[in-house]
Amino acid sequence: MDDGYLAQFSSLFSQFDVLGAFGTNLALTFFAAIGSLAIGTVLAVMRISPVPSLRWAGGTYVTFLRNTPLTIIIVFCALGLWGQLGITLSSDFQTNFFRLAVLGLAVYHAAFVCEALRSGVNTVPVGQAEAARAIGLGFGQSARLVILPQAFRGAVAPLGNVLIALIKNSTVAAAASVPETSGLMRTMIENRPDVILAIFATFALGYVVVVVPVGLATTALSRRLSVAR
Amino acid sequence: MVEPAPAVGTPVAPRPEPGTAGRGGAHEPLVVMSGVQKHFGALHVLRDIDLSIGRGEVVVLIGPSGSGKSTLCRTINRLETIDSGTITIDGVPLPAEGRALARLRADVGMVFQSFNLFAHKTVLDNVTLGPVKAKGVKPAAAKARALELLDRVGVANQAQKLPAQLSGGQQQRVAIARALAMDPKVMLFDEPTSALDPEMINEVLDVMTSLAREGMTMLVVTHEMGFARRAAHRVVFMDGGQVVEQAEPEAFFTSPRSDRARDFLSKILSH
Ligand SMILES: Nc1ncnc2c1ncn2[C@@H]1O[C@H](COP(=O)(O)OP(=O)(O)OP(=O)(O)O)[C@@H](O)[C@H]1O
Ligand SMILES: [Mg+2]
Repeated sequence: MDDGYLAQFSSLFSQFDVLGAFGTNLALTFFAAIGSLAIGTVLAVMRISPVPSLRWAGGTYVTFLRNTPLTIIIVFCALGLWGQLGITLSSDFQTNFFRLAVLGLAVYHAAFVCEALRSGVNTVPVGQAEAARAIGLGFGQSARLVILPQAFRGAVAPLGNVLIALIKNSTVAAAASVPETSGLMRTMIENRPDVILAIFATFALGYVVVVVPVGLATTALSRRLSVAR
Repeated sequence: MVEPAPAVGTPVAPRPEPGTAGRGGAHEPLVVMSGVQKHFGALHVLRDIDLSIGRGEVVVLIGPSGSGKSTLCRTINRLETIDSGTITIDGVPLPAEGRALARLRADVGMVFQSFNLFAHKTVLDNVTLGPVKAKGVKPAAAKARALELLDRVGVANQAQKLPAQLSGGQQQRVAIARALAMDPKVMLFDEPTSALDPEMINEVLDVMTSLAREGMTMLVVTHEMGFARRAAHRVVFMDGGQVVEQAEPEAFFTSPRSDRARDFLSKILSH
């Protein structure tokens, strides 16, 4: 242990592609965030729609996905969709698993995006929805032009929390054999048991560096975007 | 758009209207409610309502709290559904849902007690939204018309502000302009001044009075007797979900026929 801490860290970084692994998690997060935002918005619209069957379908999706462990979903995507059903999202082996993991992350977090958006919808006074209907806007137009724009602005903070959860949950993609941080950490611990504390610190600090700014940014944004009433 | 045939021949079920002493008869009917029933669960909020509002007529609806005034108003543009009975506007029955309903709602302007302006949109965008999105009016034309209407209600200089930057009276005048922008056949007002500070009530009532003078068909829920005397052709008094009495404003306020109306008036006049 006469090596200094700095030397320990730098040897880790030269021996293993730590930044690349973080890059993979960020890429997983990026695509899954877009996917879950799209699916979650559709779900939220279904859940506030005047059509009972749509409301039911949206509610069932949320209850189902929100209460299923993420690992189960990711393993199902990797082994069930691909392994048994033969669904491939890319001919390249690695890319295929990456995309299956993104799919699993997106459908899971969509349930939480939906609930965050619904909390945003609740910040919009009912009277505005009535006023929208009263000037002849249909449900779709009222949702798109009046309710959702305000709902998003009222839901920045909870949406930020979903994003933070997603960043951290992206490590579950290891269950679909995506070479990301938690998988790399495992390899590193196996190979360099002499510096396990430095290894843990590397990843823990890495996530703090990624997640803390997201929290600060969403707090600032939610204050700036809040609708004056 | 098919121009609705003059409603002169519109069949209106002959209804016994106790005490239709108002000038309602002079107007051809535009909004006709007949045999309308409505429950909220076990509560019978509208009991066999027969009410007809003539074209160009201004009707003031008054009655104790909980008598069903708001509910009646809201059934006319189907913000509330009815259990039975019929409501026709210009001879056309209210569609149940979908595009036809949206189109009909465009013909019925509504002004709420709490203004309900779209908080994330500027005053101007509040007024142009309906014409552009629901009626397909060109944005430039909608904007010109909106500015004209905002000028008419006296808030043209606020066009670029957000609703929260305006006083209550200004917001309510914007809400009136927003409803007028749809060129409605009839305007419904549900206690438009009850959420306002006293010094702002008149600026809103003035706008409403001038609308009435210009021949707009209006149904107004209000306890502002000054407005009723000045602008209304007829006062309709509701209690317990029923139309109890209707008469010309002067006659109603000075010599109500029913005990319930007399009792109600003594309460609101005593302060
Ligand atoms: N959405 C609803 N669900 C259940 N009950 C309702 C609903 N809306 C109104 N009510 C009830 O129906 C009755 C009539 O209400 P309404 O709002 O039409 O009365 P109102 O004459 O407008 O009273 P106010 O002068 O207080 O505005 C009241 O007893 C009210 O509590
Ligand atoms: Mg009311």
